[in-house]
Amino acid sequence: MTENKLNPDSWVDQYADYLFNYAVARVSNGEIAKDLVQETFLAGLKSAKNFQGAAAERTWLIAILKRKVIDYYRKINSKKGKAEVRMTYNNQSDSAGDWLEENVADPFSTLENDEIENEELGLAIQECIAKLPKKQSSVFVMKTIQGFSTEDICNELGINPSNLWVMVHRARTSLMGCLNENWFKL
Amino acid sequence: MINCEQASTICNKKQYKEATLLEQINLSLHLFICKACSSFSRKNSKLTVLCNKADLQLLSEQEKAKMKETIERSI
Repeated sequence: MTENKLNPDSWVDQYADYLFNYAVARVSNGEIAKDLVQETFLAGLKSAKNFQGAAAERTWLIAILKRKVIDYYRKINSKKGKAEVRMTYNNQSDSAGDWLEENVADPFSTLENDEIENEELGLAIQECIAKLPKKQSSVFVMKTIQGFSTEDICNELGINPSNLWVMVHRARTSLMGCLNENWFKL
Repeated sequence: MINCEQASTICNKKQYKEATLLEQINLSLHLFICKACSSFSRKNSKLTVLCNKADLQLLSEQEKAKMKETIERSI
């Protein structure tokens, strides 16, 4: 087995988006998620000498980020009175029903699962995008996620539209293959 | 009639709603007779659905640059 090494120089380029998606799904606030990712990188640097090369770099960083997320929840809950769950009864509506009955979870709802699944899907896609060649991935990301127009991307990257579509095609084809492996086979 | 290569390009454009009406008609005619392209088209639409569903978030370039700076300072 090849030993894994850390190269902090490429951390931001390689893992920032991946970690950010992971964090945003957990703290549901972009600003806080960003700070957590930043802290993760710094903590990673600090304890880089303890890295034994047994895990992949990304797995290792995710492990740190997990601790950071837990610490974050601990911190906001340690403020007095914040630890309790507050429920407000909504009396704007004219529903005269039973409070408890209205607040009970819908047993047939699968919405919670959807959210978890979407998050995992997001990470799987992110992983697959990271495997693409740099140029293809930047074109794909700009087009699909950031939603830039074809014209803007062409100007930005100095390519012509047919070039762009070829790259989009290659990116999409590899993504289909990659997701087939990593997502549908689960 | 269009060939498979043209069909795939139109199919990709369609994912971003950039195919013209004529192109779309040509594509559907082609998909009608070409099994390989209809399979590609199906998978391609699926990928679009997945990407939309995942609602991916990105950090902006400035934010990344700032992070890099902070990391470099503490190395």
